[in-house]
This record gives sequence, structure tokens and C-alpha cells, in this order.
Amino acid sequence: MSAAVFVAGAGIISGIGNNVPECLSALENSTTGIDRISYLRTNHQGILPASEVRLSNAELALLSGFSPPTSRNVMLSMVAAKEAWDNSGINSIQGLRTGFVSATTIGGMDKTENFFIDFVADRKKGRLRDLAYHECGNVSQAVAEKLGIKHHVSTISTACSSSANAIMYGARLIKHNMLDAVIAGGTDALARFTLNGFNTLLILDEQYCQPFDENRRGLNLGEGAGYIVLVSERVAKALKKEPDCSLTGYCNFNDAYHQTASSPDGDGPYGAMTGALRMSGLQPKDIDYINLHGTGTSNNDSSEGAAIKRLFEPHYPKMSSTKTFTGHTLGASAGIEAVFSILSIKEGIVYPNLRLQTPMAELPFVPETSFSRDQNIKNVLSNSFGFGGNCSSLIFSKN
Amino acid sequence: MKVYIRSAACISPQKTFENSSFLDEVVEHTGNRLNCIEPDYHDIIDPKLTRRMSRVIKMSVASAFACLKQAGLDKPGAIVTGTAYGCLEDTGTFLTNMVEQDEEPLSPVAFVQSTHNTIGAQIALLLKCNGYNNTFVNGSISFENALLDAMMMLTENVDNILVGGMDEITDMSHAILIRTGLYKRTSISNFDLFKSTSKGTIGGEGASFFVLTNTTSENDLACIDAVSTFHKPGDMVETTRHIESFFEAQDINNTNIDLLILGNNGDAKNDEIYSQLKQSVFNGVASVNYKNLCGEYPVSTAFASWIGANIIKSNHIPESLNPERSKKAPIRRVLIYNHYQNIHHSLILLSSC
Repeated sequence: MSAAVFVAGAGIISGIGNNVPECLSALENSTTGIDRISYLRTNHQGILPASEVRLSNAELALLSGFSPPTSRNVMLSMVAAKEAWDNSGINSIQGLRTGFVSATTIGGMDKTENFFIDFVADRKKGRLRDLAYHECGNVSQAVAEKLGIKHHVSTISTACSSSANAIMYGARLIKHNMLDAVIAGGTDALARFTLNGFNTLLILDEQYCQPFDENRRGLNLGEGAGYIVLVSERVAKALKKEPDCSLTGYCNFNDAYHQTASSPDGDGPYGAMTGALRMSGLQPKDIDYINLHGTGTSNNDSSEGAAIKRLFEPHYPKMSSTKTFTGHTLGASAGIEAVFSILSIKEGIVYPNLRLQTPMAELPFVPETSFSRDQNIKNVLSNSFGFGGNCSSLIFSKN
Repeated sequence: MKVYIRSAACISPQKTFENSSFLDEVVEHTGNRLNCIEPDYHDIIDPKLTRRMSRVIKMSVASAFACLKQAGLDKPGAIVTGTAYGCLEDTGTFLTNMVEQDEEPLSPVAFVQSTHNTIGAQIALLLKCNGYNNTFVNGSISFENALLDAMMMLTENVDNILVGGMDEITDMSHAILIRTGLYKRTSISNFDLFKSTSKGTIGGEGASFFVLTNTTSENDLACIDAVSTFHKPGDMVETTRHIESFFEAQDINNTNIDLLILGNNGDAKNDEIYSQLKQSVFNGVASVNYKNLCGEYPVSTAFASWIGANIIKSNHIPESLNPERSKKAPIRRVLIYNHYQNIHHSLILLSSC
């Protein structure tokens, strides 16, 4: 099994931009994507803020090449996956075994929930074509077909850690010499299903979220997609450009504590981070930046914070939650944050944790509050933790 | 990448759970829906917990526990599941409540349990298993994805991996799938599935779990030699080519496969593919069908794998599978070939250890 997996490209669409340059510019200018809901039809418009991609389905259809009735989730996935693929320059190499490993938690739920309005009233009603993407796998398949990827397509769903697991799985397919290049990441469109689901759990913030703040109130949801292109060493050498960085460590560790809550001492996050460090052969002091899971819920931030304290004390790297920009994009979050992690290494930048007013009293460290350039970022740790105790950490390293 | 099946357990529309007899008796289902025969969960899962669990969660947890018990394991090294639909009952409940109550505050239980990783997570939680935990939701090859993940992981210093495939029928999903034309619109006995000439198949469900290991033991049921999938082949030539390259990669041909387990589902158009292949790449190989026992559902190959592993272990094909007379004995190599609506195709090669 060969060890090195390189990152050759990245693509993203989120509430702060429809591609990598737009997102970078918003990050640099501290412009959040969180706003009042204006595209999703919901009774919570005007009450619950969210970070929506600022394109209607008709506009997304034009951008993605799909027809407007297609699930928004498919179109978001396509835009980001295509950007990553084009950015990698992989198409210039012939005869590669290529794969698409995509994560999503909702599949085509944005359409299913419309179908259900008619279906609940009468089981003979509702347009069946609205269910075309209900199965998560159909979302990935539609995008893979449009991108012309045939050798391997798979779909992963492990709640909010989904796309970290997709990136891990993609890397392993390369290490096992089953594929040469993989687009890996995830996608999730905002849907009433998830918005109401999180609302019933009473963990949504009616104001703009404040992760790692003593007075944090909860999370804001977001939508988008983020993918990276992973390649083998052989492909990396054949590419015209230098790879962005490499994926040196990853770990999927289950908290096994509660279906929705994280353990108070952060055993799951600690296990995931420790496992990723072990694989990368790095020490905690080697990490220069942590892209936090940092949802803004009381439980996540204290559990993640406790785990970071246990692992990093006394040398704390710079860290921030970019969910203060993008909202929590669920199945897409680790893909989006992998793109940010890669850009951090490539551009030598660290992102601010917006709206941090009062650092958490229980923690001896404070996340970054402003954007900084000219940083020597060699290793970035990206955390993603989900329902079901699914905790995953990734480590990206400068080549 | 040969791995060993240490144990296998399933809940299906047949009496397959904790039953020492291997499909000697077949249960007849009439209609177009084959529901699982469920055990009394009382002795298997804490009743305080089952109260909140949907059917697919209960069936899966019970199969997983039985499978671990058979393997003599308290805790697996990793848990990998595959499901096309996830937790449909909870998804349907939450969607219905959301519509009926017009997005007013709802109970979070159905939402929490609707996530696709609920089953893998529940098993981890009940066993306090911190190991690798992953869930594939890739249509009718979700189980094959999970198998591939586990097979790779067994070479990465993780052993004793619990792998499962599960999908449930709910009243809503059944009503919808009838409308899409997947199921027959007339009532039929599963005994007559392959005699029928009408369009459509019969709906099924099930939860099947396996403990896979990287070292052999005398109790192993069988080995998994390889798993492979392909997607939307353009024509029969392409389908044949995929199967032939699978044979080449495994260094086998039709003469050294002792038994085929095929995914015929009683829909004439669907089954045409199998009969054409029996004239070409599968020529002369004895075969059995299994969907008359479990119905059609996306991860039915998990049930087929349970059958295949037990056939190899017992060196016996139950009469209920209507085996074509095969002179060959013993049964050393079994190939499962299934396609779902000619979209996803999969091959799982089992052998005696």
C-alpha cells in the first residue's frame, strides 16, 4: 500500500461565494454568508438565519448544466466538483482510473419534502419525478455521469462528518491502488427537513452564531458543496502544476456516548485528532492551524474544546471556526473546510472566527479573531463531528 | 484481498434468524410485499431502547448482535453499513409531521433517527465501540461499497469488522414504489415469482450482518475473494465485458464456478439480462435465484451473501432454492451476480476457506 496521497485541486460553492476565489475574498474581508433565509420556502424565514448559496435554482441550473427541476443538492455538488476537477488539470492525463466519492445527508430531500405536501393528503398524489434524487446515491451518480467519471462512484452519509469520511475513503482507494484520482468531498442543500429537524433539537441560533464564545447560543445552518481532488504520487508527478499539499493523516473514531450529544471530555474528538496525528507521524506542536468543527452549540464547542486542551496543552495552534462564514453545511462541511484547510497551507493564511466576543471561560486558548496572511502554515488539522458519535479528523501537510 | 466470513446473521422474510435449519422450510407470502419475520426483541435488546427504535433499526441491531455472538466477539474492530434508503420510517414520520403541523415545533426523535448512520451509530453506542464507523448510501451497491471498505480496512491493521446491509419497506415507500412501476400490481405468491410473466417484481426488505476477519479460523463460513460493481452498461456486450474482466482479474472462468446466485426478480425485462448471460459468460454454470425468498430491495445482495456463505459452509443447496441438478460437489466457489434495474450491477465472489 503506497503512502502518499496528494491534493491536486479544490472546488467550492457556499454562502460566501460560488467558487474558490469568491470564497477566499469573503474570508479575507470577514464577510459572512449568514443572512435571513431568502431562497428556501419555509415558515422560518425571517426568524432563523442561515447561509444560503446566493443563487436561485434557475441560476444554479445555468451554472451547473442541469435542468431547473433537478434537486438543488445535485446542482451544488456539480458546481463544486467541476471546479475541483478543472482546477486539478487531471483531464490533461489520459487513461486514469478516476472516482467520485461524495457525501450527503439529505440526498434530494429538497424535492422530496415538496412531494410530501401532496402525498400526505393523498397517496396517489405528488409528482414522482420529485423523488428522482431522494436516494443519496442518485445525487452522486448524476454528478459523476456528467463529469464522465466511471471507474468508481460511492456515497457516504455519516451526518456532519460525512465528507471527512468521503475524503478518507477516496484516499484509501488511491493507497490500495484501485484508483489514480478521486474527487472527494460532499454536498448538502438547505432543506426544510434539516432546518426543522435542528430546530426541534433547540440548537439553532436565532442570531448569528458565535462558536467558541462563552455566550454562544447554537448553530446556523448553511448549504453548499466542497470537493478536493486526491491523486496518487505517480499522477501528482505527471501533472503540470505542483500539488497543493498532501493528506498525511486521518482518523474516524466513534464517541459511542450518545446519539446526538458529544461526550463532555471530548473522547470522540480526542480519539479522532490523536489517530490522525499518529498516522501523519506528527506531534501536536507541529499543527499550525486547526479548522474547528466549531458549530456554536454549547455541547460541541465545550466537548471539542476539552479535547483540544487535553491534546495540545500548552502549545495551542491558531484555530478558528469558518462556520461563522458558511454556517453549518452538514454533509458538505468537511469538504468545504478541507478546501479552506488546503488554501490555508497554499496561501499561508488563517481565517478569523467571526463574532467572538467573550472567549469560553473553561478554555485556556482563544480562536483567531482576524484574518492573517504571510503565515508559515505547514500542517492543518480539520475536525468534523456528527450525530451518532461519528468523529473524524483530517490532516493536510505542505509538500 | 481475500477475507474470511467468521459469522453471518440475518433477519429476512424467511425464518433465517437464530435458526439452525438452513432454509429447509420456506414461508409463503402473498401480495406484492414480503415483510421480514421478526424475532421477539425482548431478549436481544433492552426493551427501554426498542420502544424508540424503528423496525429497520431493531432488525439491524438484533442481526448485528447475533452475528457478533456467533463470532464470539464482544466488540468489533470497525462497523460499516450499507443502506440505500436509510431509516425510511423515521424519515416518513418527520416529513409527515412537518407537513401536517406546518413546520410548527415537532418531536426531534424521528429526525434524529432518520439520519442514514443511525444504525451503525446505535450499534457502536450499545457496544461502546470506538472503532471506525462508516455508512454507505449508494443505492443498490451500498452493501458492496461497505464490503469493499471492510476488505480494504482488514489490510490496514483493523480486524473483526462488522459489515451489514439493510433496507426496510414502509407503507409509504411501498405505495410510492408501486406507483413507479417497480412492483407487480396484482397479488402473487412468492412461490410463483418466476412463473409469472407480468411486469414488475415483489417488494422485500432485510438486515444482514457479517463479521469479516483477515485470519482464518476453523469456524469460518466462507471467504470473500472479490467484490466488483459496474454502472449503467450501454448494452449486453459491455455487461459481458465487465464480467469477463472480473473473471480475468480473479483468474477464473465459468467452468470453475460451482454455483451462481442470480438476482432474477420475476420482472420479464429485468430477468432477460440473466438469461442472456446464462447463454454466454455464465454458460453451463448451475444457478439458483433468491428473490423469491426475500423480495426485491436495494441491498438484497447482503441476503444473497448470507445464503452463499451458508451454502459453502454446509456444502448443501437447500431444496427451497430449486437448485438445478449439479453434478459438481463439493461447492467451493459461489458467484453472486445481481443488477438493480440495469443501473447498478454487482459481482461478489465467495469461496471455501
